[in-house]
Amino acid sequence: MKIVVCAKFVPDATADRRFRPEDNTVDRAGVDGLLSELDEYAVETALTVKEAGDAEVTILTVGPEQAADAVKKGLQMGADAGVHVLDDAIHGSDAVATSLVLAKALGKLEADLVVFGMGSTDGSMGVVPAMVSERLGLPAVTLGSEVTVDGSTVRIRRDGDTASETIEGTLPLVLSVSDQANEPRYPSFKGIMAAKKKPVQTWSLADLEIAPDQVGGAAAWTEVVEVTARPPRSAGTIVTDEDGSGAGRLVEFLSTNKFL
Amino acid sequence: MSNVLVLVDHTGGKVRKTTAELLTIARRLGDPIAVYIGDGVQDALPALGQYGATKVIALTSPELTQYLVAPKAEALQQVAAKVEPSTILISSSAEGKEIAARLAVKLDSGLITDAVDVQAGPVTTQSVFAGNYSVQAKVTHGTPIITVKPNAATPEAAQTSPEVEEFDVSISDTAKTAKIVESKPREATGRPELTEAAIIVSGGRGTGGDFGPVEAFADSLGAAVGASRAAVDSGWYPHAYQVGQTGKTVSPQLYVAAGISGAIQHRAGMQTSKTIVAINKDEEAPIFELVDFGVVGDLHKVLPAATEEVTKRKS
Repeated sequence: MKIVVCAKFVPDATADRRFRPEDNTVDRAGVDGLLSELDEYAVETALTVKEAGDAEVTILTVGPEQAADAVKKGLQMGADAGVHVLDDAIHGSDAVATSLVLAKALGKLEADLVVFGMGSTDGSMGVVPAMVSERLGLPAVTLGSEVTVDGSTVRIRRDGDTASETIEGTLPLVLSVSDQANEPRYPSFKGIMAAKKKPVQTWSLADLEIAPDQVGGAAAWTEVVEVTARPPRSAGTIVTDEDGSGAGRLVEFLSTNKFL
Repeated sequence: MSNVLVLVDHTGGKVRKTTAELLTIARRLGDPIAVYIGDGVQDALPALGQYGATKVIALTSPELTQYLVAPKAEALQQVAAKVEPSTILISSSAEGKEIAARLAVKLDSGLITDAVDVQAGPVTTQSVFAGNYSVQAKVTHGTPIITVKPNAATPEAAQTSPEVEEFDVSISDTAKTAKIVESKPREATGRPELTEAAIIVSGGRGTGGDFGPVEAFADSLGAAVGASRAAVDSGWYPHAYQVGQTGKTVSPQLYVAAGISGAIQHRAGMQTSKTIVAINKDEEAPIFELVDFGVVGDLHKVLPAATEEVTKRKS
């Protein structure tokens, strides 16, 4: 079985994330980045499936040069190979265009099982798995909090707003997993060393038969009109409960602000 | 006026508050047409009319609800082909976003998710990077598809008497490949839905696993109960109630964080709340940077005393 994990390189959420003033896109070059934390659950799922049977795991990423770090992390965790779609024309792509690049690459890789995280930690739209499934005409079972692969049947438990559902599909399919699905492993020293020898291919848009004008800022169907940094919240009142007056003052605050 | 499609979010005919919000927003953009999928459209009709739906398109094919979202996206595509809407509005739930994603590919249209406001244009406002930035955006190609977060608008009544139009859809085999084999409804708590609640009281690591004081204080205020990732990961509260980046993003009138330090993961889910209150033993906890009112103290002492005081004042 050929498993492909779609992984995203994102700005570190604990660093100062910002937008590029010239085109209002996320600044991915000027800040430290890493494999989106939520994609680690997807890598772990793929490795678990591999360990239970016979499979090859490829990490696929689309992004600037530094995005190779996202592939590297996946390889260190235990994936077998990497593919990095790298092309200047991709910068500024929206989710629709990103899903086109991923779908073409997945087609070329002939993936049986495509695994995504539940969303990225930067854009966090969470829509790319459904878009890729739509483009490939494959079933999608999404937001799995528990995943079982039994032969060619993939079954997930999804905890929705109003119900807990069991959802089933047959390979080839697109799967996305939540952060409840597993506990991602840390790369071992052996894994880190082995990753250096694993094959990573770099593909351009031409390799995927995508015209440059199908992606990037010019092909984005949404436009950011304005970006405003949220003003810092003004300092509030902080009281200490040393004398037991905390609860009374809290309720007084709620009452003054008409919450009672 | 142009037609604006609103996908109705409901549980067996009971229309959720988010739909009233979507209809209110739709009226800023044109004439709202409600699309209702599933049984029980007659039960939903009064609520849809109250908030100004000019027409209700009912889709009752059982295939629409047996499978995951793909058939719903196909159905909406067919409705859109007939109605030619200027904008399509969908709730920003997991399912809503997935339907919207598929629809965007089908209709070659731009998609904006998680809008916290939509004005004429349509121009959307989104809150990004853990609420640190506000982004205004618009769709530049195709039919704007916008998913809207709960509490993005205050529902305003505008009575109409919409007629129901049954609409036949044809669902492809490709869309019927991810089947829902079992569905267990979540147990009702009697509390408001987390994402829709006006007040939320959340507990974290500081509860030490005892959510009793948090729940009691929430009940005294008529609030929903939330939990931090630390509390959920410790198995103290179900994941469905997690507030934060990988749980629910909430924006209530009042958010009370009890025993929650305020890590970035949690802030991402609650930072846009109108008023924030925290109770924490650690005066250095980052949550205090966000608060309008904070109590440095033990939640196990402060919350029960506050609950008693609230109950006394309300009676």
